[in-house]
Amino acid sequence: MRQIDIKLVENAIYELCSDLCINMPADTLMLLENALNNEVTEHGKNNLKIALDNAKIAKEMQIPICQDTGMVTVFASIGQDVHFTGGSFTDAINNGVRKAYIPFRKSVLSPLDRVNTGDNTPAVIHVSLVEGDKVKLTVAPKGFGSENMSALKMLKPSESVEGVKDFIIKTVKKAGSNPCPPVIVGVGIGGTMEKAALMAKHSLAVSKRSEDDQIYNLEQELLDKINDLGIGPQGMGGRCTCLNVFIETYPTHIAGLPVAVNIQCHCARHGEVEI
Amino acid sequence: MIKIEFPLNDRDVLKTLKTGDTVLLSGTIYTARDAAHKKLINLINENKPLPIDLKDIAIYYTGPCPKKENMPIGSCGPTTSGRMDAYAPTLIQLGQAVMIGKGERDQNVIDACKKYGAVYLAAAGGAGALMAQSVKECKVIAFPELLSEAIHLLKVENMPLTVAIDTSGNDIYKR
Repeated sequence: MRQIDIKLVENAIYELCSDLCINMPADTLMLLENALNNEVTEHGKNNLKIALDNAKIAKEMQIPICQDTGMVTVFASIGQDVHFTGGSFTDAINNGVRKAYIPFRKSVLSPLDRVNTGDNTPAVIHVSLVEGDKVKLTVAPKGFGSENMSALKMLKPSESVEGVKDFIIKTVKKAGSNPCPPVIVGVGIGGTMEKAALMAKHSLAVSKRSEDDQIYNLEQELLDKINDLGIGPQGMGGRCTCLNVFIETYPTHIAGLPVAVNIQCHCARHGEVEI
Repeated sequence: MIKIEFPLNDRDVLKTLKTGDTVLLSGTIYTARDAAHKKLINLINENKPLPIDLKDIAIYYTGPCPKKENMPIGSCGPTTSGRMDAYAPTLIQLGQAVMIGKGERDQNVIDACKKYGAVYLAAAGGAGALMAQSVKECKVIAFPELLSEAIHLLKVENMPLTVAIDTSGNDIYKR
């Protein structure tokens, strides 16, 4: 049994959130630079240049890339030989978020009476138990311009992969200019209703293309088809509507085919730390 | 690059703006997003006085981050304008001249732009740090209880914007 002081979790969350809201991750920057090289319209090129300039200014001045510093989702993968000491795991995550968000916008409130919690907590926390004695924290502060454009559908099995592709493309098309394109599309296929949604979110938090050839090819096909929509950077028309597509799958029931699409804006803030 | 200055000397200058034009906006503008719009509309419905005069003003849909020391404002990019579609036509009818935000609008907003000679200018979504560079002064002037969503008065210089909907109702997002 490995003892881990809960302060280590709090500090890790604090450092990740503080960093991610200000410094655009290197993989996102590279995708934006590639997009600029491939873009054909004047508005498209201009908007991509602005996005890159903005990331540079944020880093130099150490201010948030986007004023929507988001709601924080944490995927915690906890080794079953770990014993946390010194307090509650949930409190530690929220303490880290609270501290990190002092200089950022507080965007979290009660859903119906709309009263702000004042410190951007609570985070949305998903815990999974794994073998070993390590703790992996994957963090994604995500704004709601793109979150609002996400969708889930329980397809009929007869609709098969064509129905899945159609739903994903229609969801991005319907989102149009709203989620600050070029977007990144996270998809969960299979499982149950909530499992599909979790996979879609997780795929964005991890931001890695599939190692399964069939799924990798599906990601690529969707990326090309979404870019054919012509929505373009900021929705003003252009070649670059989508920077990447990530798909996760899970076995599902004989009667179902759940598909969840989580849309991510071009300020894709995600990071990971292992304790 | 077209320059426009608020307060407007002559509202007819808005008629010269065409969808797709790039604009540098300077002068005095207001911020308001979901919660402030709802409060304004409630006051209007109750026939109560408004905390700001809507005549010929520009409203920027943003909820800024807290400011750092020595800066007038924190990061302040545009929020999704579509959420203001339910409120915007009423404010335009009462005098608002310019909306600043990001993303497409519904037909009621487009119709209001045509009918009353208003325009919708798009700021680059996600570019909160860059947009903050054009803000020189910022103060809360109404609904302070809404925190970031309060109505702020901003003095801006050369805010980079694109005409998204012009006074003829042309829409940059239509394909």
